[in-house]
Amino acid sequence: MKIRLDHVVKTFQTFRAVKDVSLEIESGELVALLGPSGSGKTTILRMVAGLEFADGGHIYFGDQDATDIPVRDRGVGFVFQHYALFPHMTVAQNIAFGMEVSKVKREKAAIDARVDQLLHLVRLEGLGDRFPAQISGGQRQRVALARALAVDPKVLLLDEPFGALDANVRRELRRWLREIHTQLGITTLFVTHDQEEALDLADRVVILKDGHIVQQGTPEAVCRDPQSAFVMKFLGDANMLAAEVRDGMAYADGAVIEASGMADGKAELYARPVDLDWTPGGPGIAANVSRVMDRPDGRRVIATTQSGTHLELDVEPECAVKSGDIGFVTLRRAKVFAL
Amino acid sequence: MRAFRTGRTPPRVGDGPFFRRALIGAVLIVGAFLILAPLLIIGVEAFAKGWQVYRDTILHPDTRHAIMLTVLAALIAVPVNTAFGVAAAWAITKFDFRGKAFLLVVIEIPFSVSPIVAGVAYLFVYGLQGLFGPTLDAYGIKILFAIPGIVLASMFVTAPFVARELIPLMQAQGRDLEEAAASLGASGWRTFFSVTLPNIKWALLYGVVLCNARVMGEFGAVSVVSGNIRGQTNTLPLHIELLYHDYQAAGAFASASILALIAVFTIIAKVALERQGAGRVRQAANPAENAS
Amino acid sequence: MRRNVLPGLRLSLGVTLLYVSLIVVLPLAALVFKAASLGLGDYWQIVSSPRALASYRVTVLAALGATLFNLVFGLALAWVLVRYRFPGRRIVDAMVDLPFALPTAVAGIALTALFTSNGVFGSILSDVGIKVAYTPLGIMIAMCFTSLPFIVRTVQPVLEDLDPALEEAAQSLGGSDGAIFRKVILPLLTPALLAGVSLSFARSLGEFGAIIFIAGNQPMSTEITALLIFIRLEEYDYQAAAAIASVLLLAAFLMLAVTNWLQARALRYTVRN
Repeated sequence: MKIRLDHVVKTFQTFRAVKDVSLEIESGELVALLGPSGSGKTTILRMVAGLEFADGGHIYFGDQDATDIPVRDRGVGFVFQHYALFPHMTVAQNIAFGMEVSKVKREKAAIDARVDQLLHLVRLEGLGDRFPAQISGGQRQRVALARALAVDPKVLLLDEPFGALDANVRRELRRWLREIHTQLGITTLFVTHDQEEALDLADRVVILKDGHIVQQGTPEAVCRDPQSAFVMKFLGDANMLAAEVRDGMAYADGAVIEASGMADGKAELYARPVDLDWTPGGPGIAANVSRVMDRPDGRRVIATTQSGTHLELDVEPECAVKSGDIGFVTLRRAKVFAL
Repeated sequence: MRAFRTGRTPPRVGDGPFFRRALIGAVLIVGAFLILAPLLIIGVEAFAKGWQVYRDTILHPDTRHAIMLTVLAALIAVPVNTAFGVAAAWAITKFDFRGKAFLLVVIEIPFSVSPIVAGVAYLFVYGLQGLFGPTLDAYGIKILFAIPGIVLASMFVTAPFVARELIPLMQAQGRDLEEAAASLGASGWRTFFSVTLPNIKWALLYGVVLCNARVMGEFGAVSVVSGNIRGQTNTLPLHIELLYHDYQAAGAFASASILALIAVFTIIAKVALERQGAGRVRQAANPAENAS
Repeated sequence: MRRNVLPGLRLSLGVTLLYVSLIVVLPLAALVFKAASLGLGDYWQIVSSPRALASYRVTVLAALGATLFNLVFGLALAWVLVRYRFPGRRIVDAMVDLPFALPTAVAGIALTALFTSNGVFGSILSDVGIKVAYTPLGIMIAMCFTSLPFIVRTVQPVLEDLDPALEEAAQSLGGSDGAIFRKVILPLLTPALLAGVSLSFARSLGEFGAIIFIAGNQPMSTEITALLIFIRLEEYDYQAAAAIASVLLLAAFLMLAVTNWLQARALRYTVRN
């Protein structure tokens, strides 16, 4: 099922949570809505689900205008941030709920068989008789997914699906959700504030800020070619240097990098720690080392330039640098954004 | 593009316009019959024979004596009960000891016991056929059919009122603040008055207000132990019964209007205190929600 | 066990135990002692006399009726107060406490005035052939009034704190309003409802002041157990009063045990996220 949002707007009291968002999600695609809190990502997800109604614009499921269809008739599977499992029902009863309240009457045996099948899919065989309070967070998450899938939804929507879990469980569930998506091919939209999660899992990442889309594309596209300082900073650590563009070149504290196609004037230069190197003798940006932090995969150097800017750079484990050293930072690559 | 319709929310369960209106209407009608009507009829009946009769009843020496006695009972029972409630809450929430759960149940017992049973029980302690009655009588000490009996019976029925407001709140607040104060060298009383009390004052007042309303209005237990002596051991509720059975309905309702007024003020005070946060912890500590 | 650094255990616990012993435990023990001083045969004869049995019957039946009414009305009232916004909602919310705040004797004469055959409601009801005052129905109405707040006030906070996501999840799975109410909301309210029911029932069993004015107080038909105790006292039949009072006390303890058991059971489903 293809989903299309057309100039969607949502306002809560006086706060405009979503401002004129248009977005297409292809059938079978796995898309992440990524943004900081307050960026409108959850509101968009809830509007797609029918848990909120848009104040303006349209939401299409395929060719059908679904804008005003309430959630119960929309045919979506929704996995809530804190799972929202029914605490008084067993795992199996939770999964069966959607089939039992459905207008389409099903045999008891058919429901039981489907529940078993779903328990198998989410690898929770044998836990059907437990209550949600008796299983772990990761298991609850999988029950929530099985329950959402039980009604054969056209679209699967997940709100911060791994937000409440600890790091190890998150990573494992992430891989597993990807497998399930590949297996079922269901159009899936999920919300996260964790860029690593979005990049690991999604076919396409939609980055939001203050209620509108700032960039969207494959994980590769958004990582390699961030189109704004916001996206650059949001996707990972980045150093910023004030720069000046002249004749297609950007100059910052003695470093020069190509900035073809940019108009002359003030600009900001961004570089990730791995894009910087340390050399005792120039050329480069003169700086002195204020601190070195050692990590299993390398060393992070904090250096202060003559203009007082702190730079963070990741260097090879073999690099012999220590606090107090004076030397030069060289740019391997960087992004320049006009102010 | 469609015009903006800000704030549209999908319907929750029971939000259908017809169902919603019908339910609100039904509840308001039944509520008006069951709750509002009794309050209104008191005012109507109190003035049924005119302002003069109302005034005469209120100013009658027996009524005035009943009011005095009611106030006196409240002035003794409420402070004593408050002191007990604070002590019980302090002991239960600041310390661990065996039998705590049992103590909590015992404190709550008066809520479940019929006021008549309470009155009868006091009879068997201080009455002539009771445990201490003969001894007390020998020394000429009168407890039953006198003010002490009324106060004691009132204390029984209201024993849990202050404690039950304070215990859940102080439980939720924990012991950290008091322990910090103690570690800084504050004495026990100092800790209580400058650290604990400011945090529980509204809940304490809430308990006091409810306790007072119950003491002033208590009927069953007091009617057993008071002896119903007109002009001597009649509290206001007993006085109402007396007038009512004397076929002085207007007088009974006039006296009742005083208590009804106190009830209305109690509710206003309750709402005001709830705005300050009192009464909430008890609600949140409801069995179905209490998970810790 | 953690070490106590706070002072005041001896004083506060001492005061508490003294007060509880003198004010609560001693009188009840005296009552039980008095009732126990009767021989088993005498005791049984008193508590199972036809007049006592009739009083239990009318008390329990009226209490059941009142509790059932309050179960439905209390739930509806709590629902309306929590889920809907309408003018006057705060006033209605405050008025729910009136039965707790209004002295029972005042409620008693007020309800009687309303429901006697020449009262505002009584005259209308007697036109359609329903007599309320001085009948078991009157007892039930007085009990409805005095125990109404219990169910509202136990259900209201639970309904307020019900996670909206549960309802949304049920909606997203295609549940109709009726199905969601029956299968999700009602089961989650059940522990609170039952707690309210047992409190409301216990209160109705022991209620005295609000009932005696409206009840008619005819032996064998409209005489509640609390009143029978009172009458035995006035007849100076203290042993009978003690025996029947011990029955009410036992019923109260039973209801207390049921309430506590329900509270413990309610924790069963609780999910910690």
